[in-house]
Amino acid sequence: MKQYEVEEDLPEAPIATTPSDVIHTASWRTFRPVIDLKLCTKCNVCWKFCPDDAIGFDGVGFPVIRLDYCKGCAICAEECKPKAIAMVKEE
Amino acid sequence: MVELVISGNYAQSYAAKLARVHVVSAYPITPQTSIVEKLAEFVASGELHAEYIKVESEHSALQACISASALGARTYTATSSQGLLLMHELLHWAAGARTPVVMGVVNRAVAPPWSIWTDHTDTVAQRDTGWIQFYGESNQEVLDTTLMAFRLAEHPEVRLPTMVTEDAFYLSHTVEPVDIPSQEEIDRFLPPRERSATLEVGTAMRLGSFTGPDLYMEFRHKIAAAMGRARDVFLEIEDDYARLTGRNHGGPLPTYKVDDADTVLVTMGTATTTAKGVVDAMRADGHKVGLAKLRTFRPFPVQELRELAGGVDRIGVLDRSFTFGAAGAAFTEVAGALYSLPQRPVLRDFVAGLGGRDITATTVREALLDLLTRDGPEAAWVELKRRDGGD
Ligand code: SF4
Ligand code: SF4
Repeated sequence: MKQYEVEEDLPEAPIATTPSDVIHTASWRTFRPVIDLKLCTKCNVCWKFCPDDAIGFDGVGFPVIRLDYCKGCAICAEECKPKAIAMVKEE
Repeated sequence: MVELVISGNYAQSYAAKLARVHVVSAYPITPQTSIVEKLAEFVASGELHAEYIKVESEHSALQACISASALGARTYTATSSQGLLLMHELLHWAAGARTPVVMGVVNRAVAPPWSIWTDHTDTVAQRDTGWIQFYGESNQEVLDTTLMAFRLAEHPEVRLPTMVTEDAFYLSHTVEPVDIPSQEEIDRFLPPRERSATLEVGTAMRLGSFTGPDLYMEFRHKIAAAMGRARDVFLEIEDDYARLTGRNHGGPLPTYKVDDADTVLVTMGTATTTAKGVVDAMRADGHKVGLAKLRTFRPFPVQELRELAGGVDRIGVLDRSFTFGAAGAAFTEVAGALYSLPQRPVLRDFVAGLGGRDITATTVREALLDLLTRDGPEAAWVELKRRDGGD
């Protein structure tokens, strides 16, 4: 990674060339969402509501929580109609 | 060149069209103005080949311009009063990302109480965002300055967003004859923008990324330095524009009859025209009064003001805004600029015309006569309707 020391080294505008997902932002989570795939209907509602884009999908369309970014806010659990998402206390 | 009888709003629209903007983004509902309505007509009729993005708020309108501008597009938006206030967060982003967005702002009072009339609080409240600010006095000046604003904002030594403001109704809805330069002239004056100055299509890049305490200050200092260079760059651009059109509006602090003046009134926007008439009348009565107009508020014309103030005894500031807990914004800036002078003139603030109350010749004359005869109060609200009548 390029090292910047003084103003003259910096680009005029603050630009980064690495994507922001290199920064794992979920270390302070207290509860994690755990999905019961037997109840899940693959409706995508959790994915739509997650404010952090922390939900992806596996090869057959089931949601997968990206725990490096999930803040544990429980919005997905609140919005899931079949109640397939449980919030489980982190160890 | 053709002469059209148009409003200040249309002067903005014609300037954006002549600048061949690539992207116009705007929130189309109140407090939006006919500036972007006219631009929509230009796009619909094919006279302007631009992407016209309608969005759900002023906040998004400016974001669309910032994103397009970061990729090299020439972008324009317009707003007013509460709409500008809603943009506030993005104003910082535009400057911090060094995207040369140009925006027309119709100066309107801020609610409550609700008002649609002229007042400078909306734009003065944005002075710390890193935008260059011009205040217009006539529809011609609005058109010319908007064209110059694109070149200034995009200049490699500057790269800062720029707003060109015009007083509500006095300019926005009042028509006057305006010379419209030809497209060929403007194409020579304002060539297409270089492709990308910031982001590149097809390359993964992130704008405005996280910066720690080790380098944040240095990024902010870059903005400060660019703002510092903007004055000289603007003078060059205005010279160039004058060669093309024969019109020069006088740089950041145009003056009127100040050469032998011992008393000077500092004005902004359309009140200047009224004040010129008062200066003429008072000179006929033997008063050596003159006028200086704050055409740019950012960068603030510190150098010009110091040169002017060195030779005068009294300076009054006519403020169309008020910073609660202090004084008028123009006054505090003028006072700050002049404090380091070895000999300081008497300095007084006249707060007038808030919420579109007319600043008449009598308003200005009374203020000037007060300035000539009294050393205080430092800040006075003039023509205030109070039972005690006092200031
Ligand atoms: S909202 Fe619930 S049911 Fe729908 S995809 Fe997410 S976990 Fe499955
Ligand atoms: S808990 Fe919150 S952050 Fe985590 S996946 Fe659910 S909605 Fe997203």
